Amino acid sequence: MTALLTILIVFFVAVAIWQMVKIFDLASVGADNAQIATDKDNKLNGYLMMAFLVFIYAITIVCIYKWGDLPLLSNSASEHGSQIDTLMIISLVIIFIVQTVTQFLLHYFAFKYKGEKGKKALFYADNNTLEAIWTIIPVITLAGLIIYGLFTWSSIMNVNEDEDPLVIELYAQQFNWKARYAGQDNVLGKANVRLIDIDRANILGVDESDPNAQDDIITTELHLPVGRPVLFKMRSQDVLHSAYMPHFRAQMNCVPGMITQFGFTPSVTTAEMRQNPDIIEKVANINKIRVENKAEIEAKGQDLRYEFDYLLLCNKICGKSHYNMQMKIIVETQEEYDAWIKEQKTFKNSLIN
Amino acid sequence: MSAHADTHAHDDHGHHHKETFITKYIFSQDHKMIAKQYLITGTIMGIIGVMMSLMFRMQIAWPEQPNVLFEALLGKWAPDGVMDADIYLALVTIHGTIMVFFVLTAGLSGTFSNLLIPLQIGARDMASGFLNMVSYWLFFLSSVIMVLSLFVEAGPAAAGWTIYPPLSALPMAQPGSGMGMTLWLVSMAIFIASSLLGSLNYIVTVINLRTKGMSMTRLPLTIWAFFVTAIIGVVSFPVLLSAALLLIMDRSFGTSFFLSDIFIQGEVLHYQGGSPVLFEHLFWFLGHPEVYIVLLPALGITSEIIATNSRKPIFGYRAMVASILAIAFLSTIVWGHHMFVSGMNPFLGSVFTFTTLLIAIPSAVKAFNYITTLWKGNLQMNPAMLFSIGLVSTFITGGLTGIILGDSALDINVHDTYFVVAHFHLVMGISALYGMFAGIYHWFPKMFGRMMNKKLGYLHFWITAICAYGVFFPMHFIGMAGLPRRYYTNSNFPLFDDLANVNVVITIFALVGGAFQLVFLYNFFVSIFYGKKAEQNPWKSNTLEWTTPVEHIHGNWPGAIPHVHRWAYDYSKPGHELDFVPQNVPMKEGEEELQH
Ligand code: HEM
Ligand SMILES: [Cu+2]
Ligand SMILES: [Cu+2]
Repeated sequence: MTALLTILIVFFVAVAIWQMVKIFDLASVGADNAQIATDKDNKLNGYLMMAFLVFIYAITIVCIYKWGDLPLLSNSASEHGSQIDTLMIISLVIIFIVQTVTQFLLHYFAFKYKGEKGKKALFYADNNTLEAIWTIIPVITLAGLIIYGLFTWSSIMNVNEDEDPLVIELYAQQFNWKARYAGQDNVLGKANVRLIDIDRANILGVDESDPNAQDDIITTELHLPVGRPVLFKMRSQDVLHSAYMPHFRAQMNCVPGMITQFGFTPSVTTAEMRQNPDIIEKVANINKIRVENKAEIEAKGQDLRYEFDYLLLCNKICGKSHYNMQMKIIVETQEEYDAWIKEQKTFKNSLIN
Repeated sequence: MSAHADTHAHDDHGHHHKETFITKYIFSQDHKMIAKQYLITGTIMGIIGVMMSLMFRMQIAWPEQPNVLFEALLGKWAPDGVMDADIYLALVTIHGTIMVFFVLTAGLSGTFSNLLIPLQIGARDMASGFLNMVSYWLFFLSSVIMVLSLFVEAGPAAAGWTIYPPLSALPMAQPGSGMGMTLWLVSMAIFIASSLLGSLNYIVTVINLRTKGMSMTRLPLTIWAFFVTAIIGVVSFPVLLSAALLLIMDRSFGTSFFLSDIFIQGEVLHYQGGSPVLFEHLFWFLGHPEVYIVLLPALGITSEIIATNSRKPIFGYRAMVASILAIAFLSTIVWGHHMFVSGMNPFLGSVFTFTTLLIAIPSAVKAFNYITTLWKGNLQMNPAMLFSIGLVSTFITGGLTGIILGDSALDINVHDTYFVVAHFHLVMGISALYGMFAGIYHWFPKMFGRMMNKKLGYLHFWITAICAYGVFFPMHFIGMAGLPRRYYTNSNFPLFDDLANVNVVITIFALVGGAFQLVFLYNFFVSIFYGKKAEQNPWKSNTLEWTTPVEHIHGNWPGAIPHVHRWAYDYSKPGHELDFVPQNVPMKEGEEELQH
């Protein structure tokens, strides 16, 4: 398949070159092989400008129609997510309008004022009113967006510690994620990579002498109770990673030598999200595609059937398997969560002596 | 200093130096020849950079499938024709580095600043021809080292063009961070030296060597753009140099500027107290201005070409100069928008959101002024003009999404996704590339004394224009669907399976667009030898470069340097018979100079 494609492309390039040679020959016969545009050229390219405008509009419409129904623009699974989505939609609408109008003016003028011999252009060098108008309009629009954006940003980033958020550490290493729950006391034990002791299974370098550390719980899946604020503390042991949770509109880099944080409140359980009509449609579509590629997928050892899950992805280049650094996130009811966490070993019990 | 370096030595043009092949074509100190050298070197680097992007695009579209091209070109990096994941990242990294620095900084500024600054301000040569020559050869050396780094045992640098440590600092983290990264850093250090020499030369030349009557307010916008670009370069490149030097110290001498608390491959490293975030600040202190170093010259070129071919004055000359200056200033205080989720204090994020959205204003002014320049013009649609209009189009499309990325709250979700790739390719990559093409088509007669072929130029433009949108427009949507960039394959995420077909479409557009650049290359190289002989002023342009003879001579003008009596944009001025009045034509009696 790929070989075929490559051959096709080589063939295509060869034909293209041959055609070019021909055009070049033809063109250099007449005296008119310079770049100076004639009226005919101006006319042709003027019409092509309008055609290109149509092309830009068409590609926009096709993209919006086929891929614009983004799970990212609706169906956020966190409380602050809908704020981001609203701001995103407002921004997109403004962009869409400005794009449509300015591209129209640009290409339409290029068409309308295409050159003709003997015509003279208007000598029009300046107009302070116009300049003022198109300085002030962007100023006002942007001021609105900035103010809205800054309020949203600070309400997202300023974690309210009074709400007693569930504290969880996200720990990144080449190329996987671990989560460390703070346990009963909801205080994470101290940790540093210098304390890592692989032989004793202390893989995160948690301080064994810290009383707060004893009840910490280290897992490879992230379970979150719905409706409860969560405060993530991010750590990395080797290189930069980024904890990206697109369904929750959340992202923060994990930086070696430093603890970063991000907080949000999950608002939709995994089970509920699976029942969401948009998601059902998306999953059905994906499964259709997967059936078509059955052989390849099974050769890779993946399950053929896809079921929706929230994910944590690595979104900062971190080495060879960056593209495969993921962790499943499960949002569930408080009872389900309590039952799950009870099953997990505490740090103290997970050590090998 | 040799007689060559002293431009005033040429004021008496009775004598000419005997030139050997070496001093004329290789170690030339003539700015026109140096410009051509930059152009050819930049073109070759561009071919390499584009080929790399086509290869990794094929990997994205048809992940992990054997490809005879990979087998042939990548050798051991593509066992059985399947591209290796490390080499994927290396290709992305070197592609980005080459395109940004080698093609669109050195290739673009180097070519056109060198060619046009002396010619358009009326100078015999650059302030220092010798430093100019050194600047080119340092650039050449850095290109050679960058290309050589592709052949080292463990592979070239692969940490992304942003080379964030610790990934770029530790060979244990990634094979490319060994010898490959060392060469990358050495190459870039030399590159920066080259760029600084070049920029200083441009600045001094513009300040000191303008001909009589060429006041700053009569400078063509091209020169304003090159001048301000050089200033931005001088301010920001040294910061990248210091970041690179500190990184070299961390890598080779055990310091801890950027590294701390690292456990890798079963051992704890000694680094303590450094911070990768510091590196990010230093990098982006150059990295963002770099966007404008790439873009401003392209906009300057466009201003000139759009005015000439609209047969109209550029609209709002003063506003254009003011916005170049505003962009230059603001570009140095917005770098943090690349770091909203880096872990820096969220309050800083707010500040950078504010400054970033401010920079949208001068950018908008420029776009509107271009559009108004077209209005009621008499547009000459030659290939240079098409690429200039194309630039305005991609600049708008790409610039608008900056409103989303600059807004910290929105960036949380699209940071480092394909949305970003779409944004920066349109606003800086494609726009600047169009500016470069426009410049080549427009000044080809000045550089080579011949004309390029028009029909091939049209073919080149229209296919490129369609493919550029075809490649980068859909990327916005896969980005908004959450697809991270710098992923070797997306097939480990069934979540993204429904985006696979988009990626195939994008790659096909890329392959077609890439293949059609051969039309350009063919046109370019064949026209150098066989193009139609150019007239002295083929575009009926006002600027001084068209008053020099077609055949290049040392010192540019055979007689005295022309004096300047007006600005560069007296096109279709009432009271004149022709629709252009070159800058060296004295004012008629009673004629007023515009208060621009
Ligand atoms: C043939 C045209 C081009 C194609 C198809 C192309 C494609 C791409 C793609 C798909 C990526 C993202 C890869 C990833 O993040 O996984 C990329 C990265 C990049 N490209 Fe291009 N590109 C082209 C031309 C250019 C130009 C003209 C520039 C000049 C600015 C440029 C600069 C960059 C940079 C800076 C990166 C980021 C590299 C990194 O992530 O370290 N590209 N290119
Ligand atoms: Cu990672
Ligand atoms: Cu920036």
